[in-house]
Amino acid sequence: MPGLDLLDLILAVVAAWLAVGAAGLFALHRFRLVARVLFPLGGVLGLALAGAAGAALFAPPLTTVLPIGLPELPFHMRLDSLSAFFLTVTGAVTAGVSAFAAGYFRKGEGTPPGLLCTQYHVFLASMALVVLADDAYAFMVVWETMALASFFLVTANHRIPEIRRAGYLYLLVAHIGAIGILLSFGVLQANTGDYTFANMRAQQLSPFWASVAFLLATFGFGAKAGILPLHVWLPEAHPAAPSPVSALMSGVMLKTAIYGLLRVTFDLLHGQLWWWGVLLLAVGLATALFGAVFAAAQVDMKRLLAYSSIENIGLLFAGIGLATLFSAYGMSGAAALALTASLYHVASHAFFKSLLFVTTGAVLHATGERNLGRLGGLIRFMPWIAWVTLIGALTSAGLPPLAGFVSEWLLLQSFLFTPGLPDPFLNMLIPVVAALVALVAALAGYVMVKFFGVVFLGQPREPKLAQARDAGAWERVGTLWLALGCIALGVMPAQFVQLIEPVTRQLVGTALPGESWASGWLLVPITPERASYGPLAFLLGVAASFALAHLLVRRLYHGRLRRAAPWDCGFPWQTPRMQDTAEGFGQPIRQIFEPFFRMQRDLPRPSDARPRYRVVVEDHFWYWLYLPIASAVERVARVVGLLQQGRISMYLLYSFVTLIAMLLLVTR
Amino acid sequence: MTGLGILSQLLEIVIALVAAPLLLGWVNQCRAWLQNKTGPGLLQPYRLLHKLFNKESVVAEHASPLFRASPYVVFGCMALACAIVPTLSTDLPLSPVADAIALVGLFAVARVFISLAAMDVGTSFGTLGARREMLVGFLAEPALLMVLFCASLISQSTLLTTIVEALARRDLAIHPALAFAGVAFTMVSLAENARVPVDNPATHLELTMIHEALILEYSGRHLALIEWAASLKLFAYSCIGIALFFPWGIAQADAPLALVFAVPALVLKLAIGGVVLAVLETVSAKMRIFRVPEFLATAFLLAVIGMLVQLLLNR
Repeated sequence: MPGLDLLDLILAVVAAWLAVGAAGLFALHRFRLVARVLFPLGGVLGLALAGAAGAALFAPPLTTVLPIGLPELPFHMRLDSLSAFFLTVTGAVTAGVSAFAAGYFRKGEGTPPGLLCTQYHVFLASMALVVLADDAYAFMVVWETMALASFFLVTANHRIPEIRRAGYLYLLVAHIGAIGILLSFGVLQANTGDYTFANMRAQQLSPFWASVAFLLATFGFGAKAGILPLHVWLPEAHPAAPSPVSALMSGVMLKTAIYGLLRVTFDLLHGQLWWWGVLLLAVGLATALFGAVFAAAQVDMKRLLAYSSIENIGLLFAGIGLATLFSAYGMSGAAALALTASLYHVASHAFFKSLLFVTTGAVLHATGERNLGRLGGLIRFMPWIAWVTLIGALTSAGLPPLAGFVSEWLLLQSFLFTPGLPDPFLNMLIPVVAALVALVAALAGYVMVKFFGVVFLGQPREPKLAQARDAGAWERVGTLWLALGCIALGVMPAQFVQLIEPVTRQLVGTALPGESWASGWLLVPITPERASYGPLAFLLGVAASFALAHLLVRRLYHGRLRRAAPWDCGFPWQTPRMQDTAEGFGQPIRQIFEPFFRMQRDLPRPSDARPRYRVVVEDHFWYWLYLPIASAVERVARVVGLLQQGRISMYLLYSFVTLIAMLLLVTR
Repeated sequence: MTGLGILSQLLEIVIALVAAPLLLGWVNQCRAWLQNKTGPGLLQPYRLLHKLFNKESVVAEHASPLFRASPYVVFGCMALACAIVPTLSTDLPLSPVADAIALVGLFAVARVFISLAAMDVGTSFGTLGARREMLVGFLAEPALLMVLFCASLISQSTLLTTIVEALARRDLAIHPALAFAGVAFTMVSLAENARVPVDNPATHLELTMIHEALILEYSGRHLALIEWAASLKLFAYSCIGIALFFPWGIAQADAPLALVFAVPALVLKLAIGGVVLAVLETVSAKMRIFRVPEFLATAFLLAVIGMLVQLLLNR
């Protein structure tokens, strides 16, 4: 047997995850063992995965065949730069989330801890295997395993009816999406009957069938990613899950859909058509704007983050669309830039969204509240969580010098410099579309100020919040790791862009010009005359002015400080109720973007003795799309129900008739 | 990086820090003259800063460290912004660190921190101010970005120094794209600097104030830093306007001696800009807060039209 290669190492890590999960089954109710040993072990394995996959980024592709599954249908595994990149992100984020989970799960909540540990690690292993799968059969098996494991995790608190409903919706959309993916693979194998990706890569499909495969894949992966109009499950399912699971679902699982889209569009299909890119771009931007506007109107902190995930997925789709468009016109340099921006955003969104979701989990445990209207002032009682959340929120708002800004910056650069697309209309449209990206980024800032300000700042809106306890040691380790990730990705883009280089080289054949990191701390995506960004010097500049101002003021004047009651224009009867609520803070957005929402408002009259203000914000898509489909399905089901007599002899007759019909078909 | 480059960089920062309050004083003085008042004199902002620095800072009992750190963060952001906008020379060592997009990001950082600080104490005015500031900001930020993109499309670069060099080299004819961008930029700068049609710097009336509501809880050195940062912001915006629309006179990297003439040219342009701002503020009336989104959306669309025009003409 030859020496172990990186792929074997990675598969060993995946197997170890499964073993940790299996160990959970034998310790169903031994809470301390699960929390203190198994979850940290899973986190360490995540680090190992990130390390091994990081090394594999620059290595040539490795393949292996696992002798499991059906006879004649073994699992093909392949590790190339694209999968290595997603594995690195998965591993690195998992390490932080698992460390947090070690301190997070509590006794006596729904699913027993051991079982939760099993589901959690099966979920992790399946996410890693999705990225490694090299044939449609293996891919679908692990894809479904991923969906099922996450379904059980979402419904961990299955005693609550809303959570069961969210889980059902999630499972439904996941399967509708899976059908799309399956059909797409069916088209891709082009009647050869060989479902390995290697065979699909070798096929030359006609533009029509290639487009069919692309559309089916976009539909399928779009359902998993939460793209408009398939997004409805996301704001229900992500908040329902326990927070570390929400973190993994938003931070990592959504990225497997991005991986799938990239794999099909850039690897399995060749010769992209320009309108694929335009489609992805249009859908992505619509999704991004929709997600940002809805996030601003939310009053539940986890729903707010879920909508923010929709927004970020939209931006990712837009970036991939741009890359597809450029690639279709053979402009590989521009395609590499757009792809780099998207992949950078994959990494930064994985870190900051996981961080934000786990910290909402900490808030939820400390206070028992998810409703923004009952939180506030937590920076005083949970300073650790508040400060790491601030880092996550600033990253999410796309502010320099943190990670979110780098990807936004790269994306805007690729929008701006469309160097002569052959189509004059597109050539004009694309830079203008950058306006939408800028608007979405600015809205993200609004959302994050609302999120952080209402939860952590101000006065506590409920008296019980004063008893909130800050995070424990494990939770601190996990959040610190994720926050450091946000900072490192933000401050050293020139270094991290190098990790993306082999991926763009694999997908579009080229990478950013070497100058992008030759200049050390300066990120130069095209040429130094065009654009550059040096976040470290940027950070030092702000920090130096901060320190100088601080020092000089004290030196030249004084540093006296007095604590007193808040001033507030001299009004002495301040109560916490007088602060803006989450509804209040989102009100301008609701007003400006009114057509986006289906809103019901009950305004009190001046004469009311007990005035009540009630506003219900809903999604148009339920009424435009889902409810009509649901009622149509019910009608069809009623017709089909006529066949169901409930007598076994009748059913046997049906089978008999079917067999006869089949025989007729086959023998003809 | 040349010695002269470092010199002009330092000169720029020092001039910005020193002259920013003076620009504010000049605008206020012009406004007073236009309203037939005597005015407090050009040096009033310095007197105000001196007074505030001497006073002790009174901080609300339950204010968090974020509240105390924010003035310094805002000040740092504005100082860096003034350092990267080319006002005297295009030979700036700090310029490659932050391009036009990062400059907009820098303003956003300051806005987010000041809004968070306003929410920290948890008074009704503070949160009201934060909400309104973010409302103005989320529309003004993309509009400013689009204005800068207009110039970027002309010069094929997002680096401010390259933009200025490219724009200064063209002849005096009016660029149609820049005309749209110029109107949009004026509207955005009025909004971003809390000036009259959007906000009134001289009011504490609860229905109208935005900026003043944000900083209501600050006093002493914290307030001084915020006021100084506000004047730096006005200075930075004026310099962006000069750099984009009147770049003649800014010293180029290949003409070092021009630095000598750059200083009086800057003073002249700023003085004229101050007069224009005062006139604009005097002839327009403050609008209702819910007209502000319309106002800014107009600016946003104008800037986008500017980009379209540029792309159409350069096909």
